[in-house]
Amino acid sequence: MLRKNDTKGKLIVVEGIDGSGKSTQIDLLYKWLLGAGYSVYFSEWNSSVLVKSTTRAAKKAQSFTPTTFSILHCTDFADRWENSIYPLLKAGVIVLADRYAFTAFARDVARGVDPEWVRKMYSFAIMPDAALYFRVPLDIAVERITGARASLKYYEAGMDLGLSDNINESFKLFQGKILNEYDKMVDEFGLTMIDGTKSVKEQQKKVRAIIKKILVGFEGLPNPNKSPISVTNIQAAKAKKGGSK
Amino acid sequence: MNKATFYGAGFPYRDFGKLSGKLIVLEGADGVGRSTQVKMLRRWLEDEGYAVSDTGLTRSELTSAGLEAAKSGHTLGPITMSLFYAADFADRLENLIIPALQAGFVVLSDRYFYSAVARDSLRGVNRVWAKELYGIALKPDLILYMKASIPSLVSRLIHGRGLNYWEAGMDLHIADNFYDSFVQYQAMILEQFDIMAEEYNFITVNADQNPEKIFEDLKKPILELLHNRLTKGKKPK
Repeated sequence: MLRKNDTKGKLIVVEGIDGSGKSTQIDLLYKWLLGAGYSVYFSEWNSSVLVKSTTRAAKKAQSFTPTTFSILHCTDFADRWENSIYPLLKAGVIVLADRYAFTAFARDVARGVDPEWVRKMYSFAIMPDAALYFRVPLDIAVERITGARASLKYYEAGMDLGLSDNINESFKLFQGKILNEYDKMVDEFGLTMIDGTKSVKEQQKKVRAIIKKILVGFEGLPNPNKSPISVTNIQAAKAKKGGSK
Repeated sequence: MNKATFYGAGFPYRDFGKLSGKLIVLEGADGVGRSTQVKMLRRWLEDEGYAVSDTGLTRSELTSAGLEAAKSGHTLGPITMSLFYAADFADRLENLIIPALQAGFVVLSDRYFYSAVARDSLRGVNRVWAKELYGIALKPDLILYMKASIPSLVSRLIHGRGLNYWEAGMDLHIADNFYDSFVQYQAMILEQFDIMAEEYNFITVNADQNPEKIFEDLKKPILELLHNRLTKGKKPK
């Protein structure tokens, strides 16, 4: 249900449950591509400034329902899509995204929203040239997260679903549901599965091999001084400044 | 009365059970006098002994701060704007409107999602996409469409709160001044409403008349709806 990439750019996304190691991998990929002289842009899930004020307040008040949670995350995505991702793809940039629509398809459906409805909501987006799914068994991912972090957050642990009163237990059950949704999407969207239990280096080797293939014959936007791209929404930055006064 | 029915999937993770109240929607262009009519209808229904709740567009606590900020900065793209409104709508529907209907209220909704679809499609958002997004929406028991001609809208606004940037569709850059832009923009909105009047079974009320006459015309279908409920309730088993 995602559109075909009809732009000059390339879209590469990483997906997987929390603790799958995807962020480490995309960071290495980003630096490698930048070093190779490409024009690269990195976009992170849930990072739009304008939407953030809303999601932060609602998270604090724990007033999200699965539907508002879902629509607001799509709003965040749409803001990044309209202001940076899509125009940059059009210009011939390689856009890297840490989490993409598939995160919503997995999480929101695990929360109980209609799978078709959420897929249609994201249908303005493009099917990535590479959608890398870092798969790790549930136990390993849970151990990585709970071991590294002091405490889990309410929505991250899926506490709103009432799966368990124990936050660690709830997190595990929720991640299990999400993992299940991801696995279903491998065939549906042709996600490329990468074994997240392998060493960081081994995984990166595989990632680079896949991306190399995609970039054969790719020209893209020139990057004369090898500088990274950052898109600043001037008005949003101003609004933020004004608000903090 | 009946089980909640939605235009699409609704809220599949929740069972709202039976909704004993009635959802009555008032739609129509900016300046058509909706809020005046909502006030009059509310007073009348309460006099008749009904518990009434009214709800407007962009009122949810969840998103109103963000929406206002966005509007004053003009930084949101059309899809983002559309989704922001949808989040607000979903919040009000799930947390205010449906609970009120469960409790047996007559809910008067000053607009519903139809105006959002009209507004979005004029800004380049795919119409089918916008309609499907609102698959979460509960089907109202009655949709009253207050239809006014452009000259009467202009006259009402100029003698009322004046023409504003958004109501004139100035962001579409179709004209260089508020008046011409308003006239052209509202004509396009009217066209959208005419299409939806058929799609969604609006009951159209002539809003070129004076407020008292409009009020009488709005009361008729409402009486019919509420009367049906009364006689139904009295039917012996």
